[in-house]
Amino acid sequence: MATLWRFTLFLCMLLMACGGLSLASKEAKTRSSQTETGTHNTTEEGGHGAGPITTLPIVTWKWDHISVQYLVALWVLVCWLCKLLIEANHNVTNYIPESALLICSGFILGGMIWGADKVQTFSLNPTVFFYFLLPQIILDSGYHMPNKLFFTNLGAILIHAVIGTCWNAASLGLSLWGCHMGGAMGDLDIGLLQYLLFGSLMAAVDPVAVLAVFDQVHVNEVLFIIVFGESLLNDGVTVVLFNVFDAFVSLGGGRINAAEIIKGIVSFFVVAFGGSLVGIAFGILISLLTRCTKNIQIIEPGFIFVMGYLSYLTAEMLSLSAILSTTFCGVLCQKYVRANMDESSVQTVKYAMKVFANGSETIIFVFLGISAIDKVIWVWNTGFILLTVFFVFVYRFIGVFFLQWILNRYRLVPVELMDMVIMSYGGLRGAVAYGLAVLLDEKKIKEKNLMICTTLIVVYFTVILQGITMKPLVMWLKVKRAAVAEVSLLEKITNKMFNHTLVAIEDISGQIGDNYFRSKWRHFEEKWMTPFLMKPSARKKQDDVFDVFHQLNLKDAMEYVTEGERRGSLEFVRNDSAILDFKKKLEITDMIGFLCSRDHIPSVSLEMHEQTMKAMREPEAVDVHHLLDQHLYKSRKQYRHGFSRSDFKINRDEKEVQEIFQRTMRNRLESFKSAKMGVSPPKTLVKYSKKEQQEKVKTKRGNKELDSIHSTDFEFSEGDSASGYDSSYPSFSMRATYRPGGGIENPAFMPDLYPTDLLQEIPPWLAEGEPDSSMVAPSLRAQANLPNSPMEMHRLGLLPASTRSTDTKQMNNDQLPPPPTPPPPPPPSGHM
Amino acid sequence: MGSSSSISSAHLLRLYDRFESLDRDNRGCLSPDDFEALGGLAMNPIGGRIMEAFFSSGQDTVDFSSFVRILAHFRPTDRNRNKEGAQQELPSSRTRKLKFAFQLYDMDRDGKISREELLQVLRAMLGLQVTEEQLQSIAERAIQEADLDKDDAISFDEFKKSLEKTDIDTKMSVSFLK
Repeated sequence: MATLWRFTLFLCMLLMACGGLSLASKEAKTRSSQTETGTHNTTEEGGHGAGPITTLPIVTWKWDHISVQYLVALWVLVCWLCKLLIEANHNVTNYIPESALLICSGFILGGMIWGADKVQTFSLNPTVFFYFLLPQIILDSGYHMPNKLFFTNLGAILIHAVIGTCWNAASLGLSLWGCHMGGAMGDLDIGLLQYLLFGSLMAAVDPVAVLAVFDQVHVNEVLFIIVFGESLLNDGVTVVLFNVFDAFVSLGGGRINAAEIIKGIVSFFVVAFGGSLVGIAFGILISLLTRCTKNIQIIEPGFIFVMGYLSYLTAEMLSLSAILSTTFCGVLCQKYVRANMDESSVQTVKYAMKVFANGSETIIFVFLGISAIDKVIWVWNTGFILLTVFFVFVYRFIGVFFLQWILNRYRLVPVELMDMVIMSYGGLRGAVAYGLAVLLDEKKIKEKNLMICTTLIVVYFTVILQGITMKPLVMWLKVKRAAVAEVSLLEKITNKMFNHTLVAIEDISGQIGDNYFRSKWRHFEEKWMTPFLMKPSARKKQDDVFDVFHQLNLKDAMEYVTEGERRGSLEFVRNDSAILDFKKKLEITDMIGFLCSRDHIPSVSLEMHEQTMKAMREPEAVDVHHLLDQHLYKSRKQYRHGFSRSDFKINRDEKEVQEIFQRTMRNRLESFKSAKMGVSPPKTLVKYSKKEQQEKVKTKRGNKELDSIHSTDFEFSEGDSASGYDSSYPSFSMRATYRPGGGIENPAFMPDLYPTDLLQEIPPWLAEGEPDSSMVAPSLRAQANLPNSPMEMHRLGLLPASTRSTDTKQMNNDQLPPPPTPPPPPPPSGHM
Repeated sequence: MGSSSSISSAHLLRLYDRFESLDRDNRGCLSPDDFEALGGLAMNPIGGRIMEAFFSSGQDTVDFSSFVRILAHFRPTDRNRNKEGAQQELPSSRTRKLKFAFQLYDMDRDGKISREELLQVLRAMLGLQVTEEQLQSIAERAIQEADLDKDDAISFDEFKKSLEKTDIDTKMSVSFLK
């Protein structure tokens, strides 16, 4: 019902919009005729150039002033409304990709305009496309590019982009020419060079289309990055080929000699590398700029967009590859920008970029549809069109398979056959090809309309047909799924365990082979680039535990307040009867968590009304399967790559990582200490009393350092940041006894809660995790100086501010015997 | 070693490089510290168990041959060979993979997954929101489903049976260990 209403609403708006648009265009024509005829005296149609007025017009119709802007805004609105309508029903979008539906909406809209105007007043103007719609999409792609994945597969990407595109262009052009010579196309006035030109514009895989289709089909990341990277980097080749053949067509066949061809080849290198260099230069500029924008945090995000756009335009101005430039600008600056800028600015950039990119993509597809409804361009030549579609499809397959077969011999993780099929099938053409086709000069190329028409048909074929069938194909080609019988619990658990196992084995055995370059690059980066491009404070944050500890305390405090507010108020603090239980009673909160799915586990739980809480406990009959599904940790492999247009899922994963990590480090510390002290590690898991459970969590909170750092770039550089902290592990686990994140040791109200029988009951968060941890025992630190006076409270409270040095050195010397070997030197981070 | 693991020499070489890079103090064998230095393992819920799988019975160092032997479990099963018999000896055969997985559960190596052991695994892999009672009920149910001879523990055969529909070969293979 709701969809029906929405649909009718949309139709009305659409009709109004089209009516308005055609009315506007008609008015534009009539207005100009009116101004010629001279004076015109109505109050309605005054304004611009309507002749001298004779009386004060109260209201005037100022269409001329704002016609362009109005149309632009109106079109943007209409396109986005189309998207709204399409996304209303997810059943449809599961089968048909959104891009296809947008094109169809474009058909409808185009039909309306055509019906009103008898001529297509609106179409995808190449200027608008290349300068206003495309840059933000590319910038978004570059900024959210998973760098590690990208550079790992850079070889394959480059080979496909350069050689694959050249092969596509050459093969298509030559085959079409051959067919033309063979007479399959009837009477066409196209020469060999023009065929090659057509081939070159048709060859390029389009990043917009690839993103749009692959977004909804979650293929594995290597496959995606190869196709997507290829679609981005082939712009270098496309630009060169297009310009070279365009120039050749102008020069005419006779003047092409070896010199020109050599110049063509040279221009490729110049364009490609030049574009990349421009991008890198702008990336460095952005990074430097964000280093100094601390005082204007409010407009900090804007710089990224402006500079990104400038990089595009600069490359364009120098006739270099603009897409390459913007891509590398984004790729380079992402890390430093995220480090330098304030967190809210980073979020702003991320969301704004997605808005722009997604919005542009919508507009592009709608206009691709609209542009089709234009009688002028429809020149039908069966042979040409069908042969083009056929050749494009077939040569893509041939090219990809051949190249990948060669590449697989040198790859450590070969791409499977089925993946290759998807790679070939995913060679979608899109708006870039169309834009280039419209840019053709019709004086030189008589059959421009035919080419435009063909391009459009190829685009529709790939985006709509291949887009729709992509998902079924992906599913069909996979190993046939087992019958959807009830999966037993043990299977579920074991499956999950397999995932984790594989991740662990991959970690242990490492990314064999490219360690060397990666470690070299990392050294270079650490030594030269980071000091140059990153704010000193940001750099400090990167490798200094202290700031992390501070952030952890902040986070603890915030969780605490949230929890207090959820309970009503923080009034309990002064309430004697309330027990401020730092023992983190999850039992109560998790049930609530079930019911009202909160974001994070509070580190402190407040046992204010224990009776009522117990009553809320769910009955015994819990759906065990549901439980498993909800709570099994996702293994790292499942983390979705973050460059999907519409998904931002990060938070859950961080929490899981936190928990896992805490537990692991806790276990390690236990075994480490037991190894040192000769006490067997306790079987804490067997008798799992709640106390120990919470204690476990509490004691290892300090190790959240990695997680908060990971949280910023967990999606993309998990390997990177993790490896960077290898060195801190051994030392940190020893310092863990210091327990930096040891809860909210708020000096403000601790005195309230420290009754005189303090000595009997040491709060467990101060207690050292002794080998026999069934009994809560005070830590040496707590024993040495129990905080039972405000002064000491104060000292505890000062911990964040004071450096670790005083405490930890003391503690380390007190508590643990010096380690038998000196802590190993931090391994080169490339070992991850 | 060559016959038992049948890894190509190129891969062996790379594994050796990896072994050397992990072995930070160049003792020719790996100790738990070396594994612990891998950040990824710390973030893995069963990282500890995997680690222990490398340290066979009592020793606390892993030399290269053991390293490779364990990793060989994860080679993709060679599908060209379709004779079960020929495959039995290979570490990467389905049975051996299952055995490896079984041992990840069965820490005390008594040949059965007891309820306690299952609880331990569950505790490691499930989030902290899950209460003790819930864990117990999950373990209970899991054993019920898989336990055919009603001895309140899962033997290796029962384990194998309950996983017969699962595609072990892909789930427990790392493609670069061809």
